[in-house]
Amino acid sequence: MKTRYLLLAFLILSVTSVFVGVKDISPLDLFHLSDEKLQILLVSRLPRLISIIIAGMSMSVVGLIMQQLSRNKFVSPTTAGTMDSARFGILISMLLFTSASPLQKMLVAFVFALLGTFIFMKILERVKYKDPIFIPLVGLMFGNIVSSATTFFAYKYDLIQNMSAWLQGDFSVIMKGRYEMLYISIPILIVAYLYANKFTIAGMGEEFSTNLGLNHKKIVNIGLTIVALVSALVVLTVGMLPFLGLIIPNIVSIYQGDNLKKSLPHTALLGVVFVLFCDILGRVIIYPYEVSIGLTVGVLGSGIFLYMLMRGRAYA
Amino acid sequence: MIEVRGISKQYGNKNVVENVSLQIPTGKITSFIGPNGAGKSTVLSMMSRLIKMDQGEVFIEGRELSKWNSNDLAKKISILKQSNHINVRLSIKDLVSFGRFPYSQGNLTKEDWKYVEEAIAYMELTDIQDKYLDQLSGGQRQRAYLAMVLAQNTEYILLDEPLNNLDMKHSVQIMKVLQKLVREWNKTIIIVIHDINFASCYSDYIVALKDGKVIKEGTTDEIIDPTVLKEIYEMDFEIHNINGNQICVYFT
Repeated sequence: MKTRYLLLAFLILSVTSVFVGVKDISPLDLFHLSDEKLQILLVSRLPRLISIIIAGMSMSVVGLIMQQLSRNKFVSPTTAGTMDSARFGILISMLLFTSASPLQKMLVAFVFALLGTFIFMKILERVKYKDPIFIPLVGLMFGNIVSSATTFFAYKYDLIQNMSAWLQGDFSVIMKGRYEMLYISIPILIVAYLYANKFTIAGMGEEFSTNLGLNHKKIVNIGLTIVALVSALVVLTVGMLPFLGLIIPNIVSIYQGDNLKKSLPHTALLGVVFVLFCDILGRVIIYPYEVSIGLTVGVLGSGIFLYMLMRGRAYA
Repeated sequence: MIEVRGISKQYGNKNVVENVSLQIPTGKITSFIGPNGAGKSTVLSMMSRLIKMDQGEVFIEGRELSKWNSNDLAKKISILKQSNHINVRLSIKDLVSFGRFPYSQGNLTKEDWKYVEEAIAYMELTDIQDKYLDQLSGGQRQRAYLAMVLAQNTEYILLDEPLNNLDMKHSVQIMKVLQKLVREWNKTIIIVIHDINFASCYSDYIVALKDGKVIKEGTTDEIIDPTVLKEIYEMDFEIHNINGNQICVYFT
């Protein structure tokens, strides 16, 4: 897959995304926009596009970093309890501050996501049986335990409905004023890119890093902080995008290798294209209604994930 | 100059390394030999800060190991461990370029790339330099890692069983490269090695370890001796001089 084709797909899908929807806006309308249509574009369609781009990029890149640092191809925010912990954090913030501001929610979610990810990494250190498929199963179990705690408290305090909004990713709720926090992701992703070389080296193991004078622990901590921060942001604004951080980096790894400096931009781009595609699919499949992005990404993603499991035992 | 003063390491109640003191001769190949579990690799790891020692000190050019900045140390001393079961998809070229990390922090200059190319050529990997590590044979991978260490261009090179996975041709090739590095570039090389005849033919100095202690050390001639070897390995050796090489025969 050449970058050129990916960019082309990205452009076509972006334009399509802006002009697909219940309100009919065609590209030709751009030259004589009515106020109403302009409003729809600015309040709904463009924010949606931007949030898709940022969320798609973020989750894929974060998955890539996790796989590199844990040295396991099947570890991602979905399969390591990061997402579930972030959701737990959101619930706790709603319980603590009755009307939590988005920023408060974000911070609590971040702290929980970070904690959850660290706990998973600690478990990973302890597990003697480093089977590539066993590890993500442990992660999924851990995530489910956290998730059941979330459900329990949500049920007890009558917040089930509220929480389900964070269960499945959904771009249809994205509107001007409700997604801007996602922008915080962009500088974080830039930092991730600057650290790409160090993440690659850290992924080669502690001894390998030490030999090159790199502080392995510090790099892993920076990486996991980035992962937790970005996951918290995405869960809070868009919701869960399952499997994205798992399949995109794996596909890119096959044709680009694991040198993050090279593969990180590809991963970001492919992630965006994939989410754009899923989003448009979800919007046209039962038009004029919508299938939420969490569902389309989940269905397509788990299919690809299964395929990778079948072919990839030796390679992972 | 590397000086080891009374280093020890315990795992649980077991002394893996006990009060080891050494002075590594500069500009020579020094081999660590000894039975399995003698603590050779552990000593090597402690000398290069990969493992913390419980007691003792290691001085590199007169400065204690913990006083060194890790990045500066990475320009002085490099270590390659035998655990190369990493199956990341990195090309040989990418891997070797990481050897320049202590100098460039990842932004390689033209000069850095020159070192990378030279190291790849030195290990005869130029034709396959764009292949991924997981596509290589064990021997090719081993050579790729060695090329990375060459690119790191350190005065002291520590290698933990560098001949693992290598056939005879490549084993000899590696040892010759090491000899060349010592003679032409005045490097100091320490290797952990199991094949006694490779140790005999290519090293200048031999340190024999057993049960975590240094039981003998000396020039190659002093150690390659039936009584000394019997004490180390608890088996009989015959030593024959073949074309100027001291060859040990122990297949009784």
